Amino acid sequence: MHYRLTLGPEVLHALPSGALHWPARRVLVVSDLHLGKSARLARRGGALLPPYETRATLERLDADIAATRPATVICLGDSFDDLAAGEELDEADGLWLSRLMAGRDWIWIEGNHDSGPLALGGSHRAALVMGALQFRHIADPAQQFEISGHYHPKAQVAGQTRPSFLADAARIILPAYGTYTGGLRCSDPVLTGLMQPQALAVLTGTRALAIPMRRG
Amino acid sequence: MLPLPAPLSDWFAAKGWHLHPHQVQMLDRSAAPSTLLIAPTGGGKTLAGFLPTLAELGANPAPGLHTLYISPLKALTADIGRNLRAPIDGAGLNIRVEDRTGDTSYTQRRRQRVDPPHILLTTPESLALMLSYPEAPRIFAPLRRVIVDELHALAESKRGDQLMLLLSRLQALAPGLRRVGLSATVEDPPALAGYLATDTQVLLADPGPDPDITMLLTEDAPPWAGGGGRYAIPAILEQIRAHRTTLVFHNTRAQAEIFFHHLWLANEDNLPIGIHHGSLAREQRERVESAMTEGRLRAVVCTGSLDLGIDWGDVDLVIQVGAPKNVKRLVQRIGRANHRYNAPSKALLVPANRFELVECKAALDAVRAHTLDGEPRGPGPRDVLCQHILLTACSGPFTADALYAEVTTAGPYRHLPRGDFDAALDFVATGGYALRAYDRWQRLKPTAGRWHLRDPRAAAVIRQNLGTIIDTETLKVRLRGRGQPLGEVEENFAASLTPGDTFLIGGEVVRYEGLNELTVEVSRTPGRDPKVAVFSGTKFATSTLLADRILQIFQQDTWPDLPAHTADWLALQRRVSDLPRRDTLLLDSFPHEGREHLCIYGFAGRNAQQTLGLLVTKQMEDQGLAPLGFVATDYATLIWGLHPVTDPAPLFDPGTLRQGLETWLQSNALMKRMFRNTAIIAGLIERTHQGRRKTGRQATFSSDILYDTLRRYDPDHLLLQITREEAMRGLIDFSRIEDMLARSAGRIALNRLDRVSPLAAPLFLEHGKVPIQGQAREKLAEAAAQALMQAAGLA
Repeated sequence: MHYRLTLGPEVLHALPSGALHWPARRVLVVSDLHLGKSARLARRGGALLPPYETRATLERLDADIAATRPATVICLGDSFDDLAAGEELDEADGLWLSRLMAGRDWIWIEGNHDSGPLALGGSHRAALVMGALQFRHIADPAQQFEISGHYHPKAQVAGQTRPSFLADAARIILPAYGTYTGGLRCSDPVLTGLMQPQALAVLTGTRALAIPMRRG
Repeated sequence: MLPLPAPLSDWFAAKGWHLHPHQVQMLDRSAAPSTLLIAPTGGGKTLAGFLPTLAELGANPAPGLHTLYISPLKALTADIGRNLRAPIDGAGLNIRVEDRTGDTSYTQRRRQRVDPPHILLTTPESLALMLSYPEAPRIFAPLRRVIVDELHALAESKRGDQLMLLLSRLQALAPGLRRVGLSATVEDPPALAGYLATDTQVLLADPGPDPDITMLLTEDAPPWAGGGGRYAIPAILEQIRAHRTTLVFHNTRAQAEIFFHHLWLANEDNLPIGIHHGSLAREQRERVESAMTEGRLRAVVCTGSLDLGIDWGDVDLVIQVGAPKNVKRLVQRIGRANHRYNAPSKALLVPANRFELVECKAALDAVRAHTLDGEPRGPGPRDVLCQHILLTACSGPFTADALYAEVTTAGPYRHLPRGDFDAALDFVATGGYALRAYDRWQRLKPTAGRWHLRDPRAAAVIRQNLGTIIDTETLKVRLRGRGQPLGEVEENFAASLTPGDTFLIGGEVVRYEGLNELTVEVSRTPGRDPKVAVFSGTKFATSTLLADRILQIFQQDTWPDLPAHTADWLALQRRVSDLPRRDTLLLDSFPHEGREHLCIYGFAGRNAQQTLGLLVTKQMEDQGLAPLGFVATDYATLIWGLHPVTDPAPLFDPGTLRQGLETWLQSNALMKRMFRNTAIIAGLIERTHQGRRKTGRQATFSSDILYDTLRRYDPDHLLLQITREEAMRGLIDFSRIEDMLARSAGRIALNRLDRVSPLAAPLFLEHGKVPIQGQAREKLAEAAAQALMQAAGLA
């Protein structure tokens, strides 16, 4: 079950999966997919993870797309763990992603991990304005009605910590959608500095749960 | 009888020594291909094993390795080396004895590879390493005898299984090799003989007189829960004062540490007392060992690291703190006292809590009745086989047929089907179906029918990862600014520390300063009340034999032989509910502090009770009873949740439980840990990579992901099969749940009480509570979210 958020004149649904749905414009927004993370870690000689996390992420994305049937999908940056990860995507995973992209507009916003264009189709943008809303990777405190990602926020309720949306009257920050991503607690000064005192944290999980954002 | 060299018999005569009958028999049977000697501690067992070697080598032997001695403990090899050099040097024999363990220096090891001694003392792990080198055939070709000490201890773990495979390798390199196994008293000698080799003869030495063993009863009653035995410190000090040398055994390192600390605080006479356990730095262990041998200590507080046959000289009292959990181990520990053959050993049991008092009583009865516990071991585990295949490949190319023939000469693997062997070989060669795309798991390839390493450089990494001991990952503890190591703590514990926290190590309180790479840096602090080191290491489950005896005691009408406080406690439980019995599964149900509780007295041992908790809470979740968590001990599982259980029968239906096990095995943390151990042993993941040790958390991280991956994409992967097999024993121990269900045969007694039942009360004080992630948590999270929103005026 989703949680209903408003940002300026628009109504948006925070989905339990961590995706943001904008029904009026048939837009689905996801952030920080970090596809190919295991491949990058392996290249750098770190702990070797099998590349199945890409599939797990694509599976969830597939389910969200099937449920919301969006005309446009916006990926808010850090979609690939780095440029090479995008180019080295496993063939089957690449085909799967192409299938999800088929028949809809697909917008890759640049992140800090994947700055350049990719050979995967879709359009590539540093940032995007659509109606009253702005989309970018890292929140810009000077902007209004802005949707961003980057921080992988997490929040805690009843002793359980989960990836969370952060939302106030000016902006929404999305949780990381990718499978093996760490997170930043919402009480971190970086996040409390960005968000207004009335901000909410919307926890992901079996249903989207809203709580007042903790501030320390 | 094989004659002893004249100088040696002269030296014996000069010392006034006479051979024990079983020592003579060992000389008589020196030509037998395999012999198992079962003798009590102090019976000159080790010398009996070595006498034929000394006789065969004589005064001036030719160079070359003649006898390999393998013991489970490094400390034991040092000790044996000392004991053996006494007669060799005393009789002026020209025999070279050296040891080779993880502590042996690099130069020494290199020299041994070029010029091996006559007698080499080693451990299974070091032997595995030696056999992985290409020069192994040259070094081991002249080998005539191999002596495996403490075989009963080795045979209880994968180390023994690995060792038996290594012996099959040795036998192939040295066809005339004769085997000798040395063992303490065991419940099934023929089974152990078959484990060592198919054609083993058993030699039983005189077991000696019965031990003098009693329970140490104190003025204060033991506490309701916990395992430290701190309440008994004054009484134990008094015993130490009254004896020459006392060994104080504890079941876990943490308990030994805490106890030692408090013992010192109470030690007003400054009696010299030391501590010895496997987490202490080698230097510190050696200091205690030599002080002990020289008779400078009045007592040593210790754990299983002192279980095995090291010669501690004049020990005249053994104190076991905490229930022994296992009668066989208790008997072996008692044997540490009074090292003179034919003198009774003296021992005291100190129950650590009220329930253990009953368990100690049951153990005393079992010792007096000469019954020993033991569960038969299944066939040799296949992860060990995988490691053995890798090891064999490191030493040189092999054919599948020859290796299969060799492996099936090892006792634990004698019934290994060829299909299982081929599957293990395929896994080692390719990583298995789901992983075949990854280069790093493509390790062997065949050339003209002979398997060899695809990349010979891989041998170094494989060698670094040999061995089957998977300890909980530990970090070294050092004093900041000085290099002096104090010991090791478990990584999870280190991760829980913040600078300024204090904990106990080596009997002193230290302050946590920070983590430097893989070293915990600490400083000395005068504090007396440390944040305690919690080593979550292996907790032994109470054996079936002991559990049955406890249930028998419960069936007595009165308990005149138990102290009044304990007898009253049992009587109260009988009055308000009932006492558990063997043929019925007793359940107490009661509300407490706003939660509903269910206590299941299964008496199936800690591990099975833990599993039962997981399976039953899963059923409760499906029935909408919203369980929140549970805690398990050796005798019971206590579950709490939002709603009471009123119809227990479906929860304990054997079919449902078995099905629940299958489903639960898929996603359980214990399973993941078990998989991790299997994956490390089978060589799928590495502990050490190019000399850089991975932290446990890193290894756990990647093994968890591998587990999930294989489960989804290759559910029949060999390592998952092995993990499932292990689940039936050890940590998950489902077989004991099945035993429990079989003996109660559907008879379940559920008693509803209005408050906590007497027998359940101690469980509230137990550590290790397991939370259940389910509807109840979701409901609580929703309620908490709702409350927070309302408080903030947002809903």
